[in-house]
Amino acid sequence: MLIKTIGHYFIFLGSLLNNRESFKTYYKLVLEECVLVGIGSIFLVALVATFMGAVTTVQTAYNMVSPLIPDYVISQVVREMTVLELAPTVIGIIFAGKVGSSMAGNLGTMKITEQIDALEVMGINSISYLVLPKIIASMLMYPLLVIIAGVCSLVGGYLVGTLTNIITPSDYIFGIRFVFQEFSIFFALIKSVVFAFLVSSISSYKGYYTRGGALEVGIASTQAVTSSVIAILLADYLLAQLLLGGS
Amino acid sequence: MIEIKNISKSFNDKQILNGISGTFHKGKPNLIIGASGTGKSVLLKCIVGLIKPDEGEVFYDDRNFTKADRNLKVEIRREIGMLFQGGALFDSKNVQDNVMFPLNILTKMSPEEKLERVNFCLKRVSLENVNKKMPSELSGGMKKRVGIARAIVNNPQYLFCDEPNSGLDPQTSILIDDLIGDLTEDLDITTIVVTHDMNSVIGIGENILFLYKGKKLWEGSNKDITHSGVEELDDFVFANKVMNSMRDK
Repeated sequence: MLIKTIGHYFIFLGSLLNNRESFKTYYKLVLEECVLVGIGSIFLVALVATFMGAVTTVQTAYNMVSPLIPDYVISQVVREMTVLELAPTVIGIIFAGKVGSSMAGNLGTMKITEQIDALEVMGINSISYLVLPKIIASMLMYPLLVIIAGVCSLVGGYLVGTLTNIITPSDYIFGIRFVFQEFSIFFALIKSVVFAFLVSSISSYKGYYTRGGALEVGIASTQAVTSSVIAILLADYLLAQLLLGGS
Repeated sequence: MIEIKNISKSFNDKQILNGISGTFHKGKPNLIIGASGTGKSVLLKCIVGLIKPDEGEVFYDDRNFTKADRNLKVEIRREIGMLFQGGALFDSKNVQDNVMFPLNILTKMSPEEKLERVNFCLKRVSLENVNKKMPSELSGGMKKRVGIARAIVNNPQYLFCDEPNSGLDPQTSILIDDLIGDLTEDLDITTIVVTHDMNSVIGIGENILFLYKGKKLWEGSNKDITHSGVEELDDFVFANKVMNSMRDK
């Protein structure tokens, strides 16, 4: 059953590139999706990331019981956690919950109200027309959201750390810069592109093949989030093993 | 003209359509009628290619649609207009954008030409000054009319209507029927209407195909339908109290 579903998913992905419409058509659709996917998610992403950074700072400080460990290690830990895991992966899960469920619900509703059939009858490849812009927009916008999340997380950590006297501003800034590896940023961005593809394609797949009524649209949205989260976690491990495993 | 030959379709071992053949003529409304669950909509979806039949072939003016390659299928589909049961209007677009959609995708008309064509089609279905309304702001009858306007905007050669009267009051139903009949005649197109509404049958049923449990039991016109001699068709036709009272007379 799982193998059949995975096979069907790959056939679905193959259909994305068949019988495409003009570049101008996709250009407009991608821009519209960028607004929905990106601009529409900024507030939630920024809010979650800020609190994530703040909580990480407090909890790291709470666990630093040895007086031999300098304070700047707190912000160093916040930086590493944020860049390597919290910004791309945890925000990816938030992204799956917000954008993935919305994509599945949107396509599922279009399916059960015959809007997708209407496109097909017009001779339009509905998968390519509806799904390709969502995937492209997600792959363009999610890395930007991850960058915003990273900045907000570090700022959140800074604000809480300095305002509650956990760490001095200079120690926090020093820790953020200390032994910084630029590759971490590239790694986070590679992860974000992969996660965006997984969330948008899996959610679209679940929504596109919805059958039935309102109940099934709800089920498709839930399955979209669940499957996307599982895919993110698996891809997270594989990418870490592939790109960081040898170092 | 559309010709179907020996169309069969099953879902999970349940036979829905069983060897249906028929011819749908140009310039007059062709009706597929039958009780709920007899496979009318499935047959319509087989004809337009939304469902692949297990057996049989569909010909659009002698072009074999079932065995056509992707390019020919797209070419034929771009000659099709379809009105769906619920209208199938795009929720995110207003009336004007819904009707203009096929022109945006399928033609290279200028924005002014497109707007002119959209307004012409909306006027044709007696809808004016609703261009900026969203589908959620329209009544059921208006949605159907916008659906018809969208279906005819690109000058189709073939028009398909799936239950155009479902959920409408009798007066609006008659309006929609008349509109479909007039458009078919004026545009000289091949129209297939799926319905179980006897008003439509009597009003516009010039060529009728009656389905019963997935089989074609009768084919004829509205003039012959009341004396077909087919028991199942009589049960369907005279289930309506008005029709039944006519039968008694």
